[in-house]
Amino acid sequence: MSHILTISNLTKKYGSLTAVDNLSFTIEKGNVYGILGPNGSGKSTTLGIVLNVVNKTEGHFHWFDGNTSTHDALKKVGAIIEHPNFYPYMTAVQNLQLVCKIKQVTEERISEKLELVGLLDRKDSKFSSFSLGMKQRLAIASALLNNPEILILDEPTNGLDPQGIHQIREIIKKIASQGTTILLASHLLDEVEKVCSHVVILRKGVSLYSGLVDGMNASHGFLTMQSNDMEALKQALEQNPAFGSFKRQGEYLIAYLKQPMDPSEVNEFLFQKGIVLSHFVKRKESLEEQFLELTKQK
Amino acid sequence: MLRLLNIELHKLRYNRAAKVISIIYFVLITFIALISSIEFNFGDFHFRVADQGIFNFPYIWHFNTYIAAILKLFLAIVIVSMVSNEYSYRTLKQNLIDGLSKKEFILSKFFTVLLFAAVSTIFIFFVSLILGLLFSDYKEIGIIFSGLQYIGAYFLKLVAFFSFCLFLGILVKRSAFALGFLIIWQIVEWLAYGLMKWQIFKDSEIADHVSRIFPLNAMANLIKEPFSRLGAIQSAATQLGENFSKTYEVGFLNMLIVLIWTGLFMYWSYAILKRRDL
Repeated sequence: MSHILTISNLTKKYGSLTAVDNLSFTIEKGNVYGILGPNGSGKSTTLGIVLNVVNKTEGHFHWFDGNTSTHDALKKVGAIIEHPNFYPYMTAVQNLQLVCKIKQVTEERISEKLELVGLLDRKDSKFSSFSLGMKQRLAIASALLNNPEILILDEPTNGLDPQGIHQIREIIKKIASQGTTILLASHLLDEVEKVCSHVVILRKGVSLYSGLVDGMNASHGFLTMQSNDMEALKQALEQNPAFGSFKRQGEYLIAYLKQPMDPSEVNEFLFQKGIVLSHFVKRKESLEEQFLELTKQK
Repeated sequence: MLRLLNIELHKLRYNRAAKVISIIYFVLITFIALISSIEFNFGDFHFRVADQGIFNFPYIWHFNTYIAAILKLFLAIVIVSMVSNEYSYRTLKQNLIDGLSKKEFILSKFFTVLLFAAVSTIFIFFVSLILGLLFSDYKEIGIIFSGLQYIGAYFLKLVAFFSFCLFLGILVKRSAFALGFLIIWQIVEWLAYGLMKWQIFKDSEIADHVSRIFPLNAMANLIKEPFSRLGAIQSAATQLGENFSKTYEVGFLNMLIVLIWTGLFMYWSYAILKRRDL
């Protein structure tokens, strides 16, 4: 698989504050990546560095095979950072024409991309008359003009209303289904969970986890149970080697699995022991729980 | 180069304020011609400005470039705002993300400065030529095209001045503050000259020599005031026993100083942009 972006030991310091600390990861073609982290964890700074607008303090990064200069490589990249930035006095089309000139691509695709984000009927309206959602969609259209190898989105749904968020997510999914590599920075977990296959988790500029979203979950889930005789239930479960720790939560007993086990097996096992359950749920930790678990470790 | 110029012109083309100011600027240059129609009557005495020799070749090159250079302030507003807008709209960041390098960004602005200066120069050349052909007492080819160094100096002066504006725009990031800074800088040059002349280096020429390298002063020195050169004023002065022995030539050293400043302004603009995190 070919590399699109390689970052190694990247560090950025603002005075005494280290915004990005010795960060390394690789982005490969065809995957959808998420950079996840609370506000101020260095997501935007990292993207700023690879996008040529923030100067790095130490470390390296290179685009593609490393033979092109950053600004030439960026012509094959589509990126949106935080706010949609356009010239307010130009119309949507005029703004996109300018982007075409900068990226040195033909202006033929402007209508196609405006269609994709649903702005074709507003193409001759001034940018300043757009709502935030429309601005954000125009930014996506602009980032797609060069049919980029990778689309970078930094908090694309920030500040949007539910419809706007939904529209943006639909567009992202549509683009991802066409095989474009996507790098999505966000502090919204479900956003990353819904869209991404790989994830890098940052906290205070340090990478805590980097790999598959599914791989983040090392555990095999947990069971929430309730029975008439809670003590007997617990004793029965402790005899079974599949269970690790137990926790009482109100009227429920929570048992964590050490190895994969089907709920029906558990039910059968308990039934043989003469225990009847009145409540039984098997769940995996949500990304949110895993994320909170990860980010509080250090 | 054409690509970069094209990018910048695309940004300016749809900017109504920039368009209006540029048009006013060129219209005002044309209005220099109106000076010719100033006439007054004092009883029997009939005075017509055009007859006083200001439109004579080669003096007209000097006079018109001097007057037109005052109007450069209009374009300075356009230049400063075309830089500071990129900051306030955050489009500088977006331009870089879209694949423009910082060097290309500065170059696209500088080429536009060159274009503005060149168009102004061509414009003033034709306005002067036409006015001269209408009103000049001397119309021999040799005389018409003597004194063209003022046209060259005018071009240089505009390029240097606009480069200074560009640099201030990048340094200060806000158009109003950048223009304010320009005015403050002019005052600083005057104060520095005054302090040297009457306090530090009294009774010597050091102050005059040092002030020659001040950027705005060096630009002003390129085209010296033409009024005291006018025949009518010179004869009046002679009658009063005053003698003008001033040189009105475009000095080579002056041109060099201005060129160096232009280079420095562009280099500093690039250096600032390169160091800055956006």
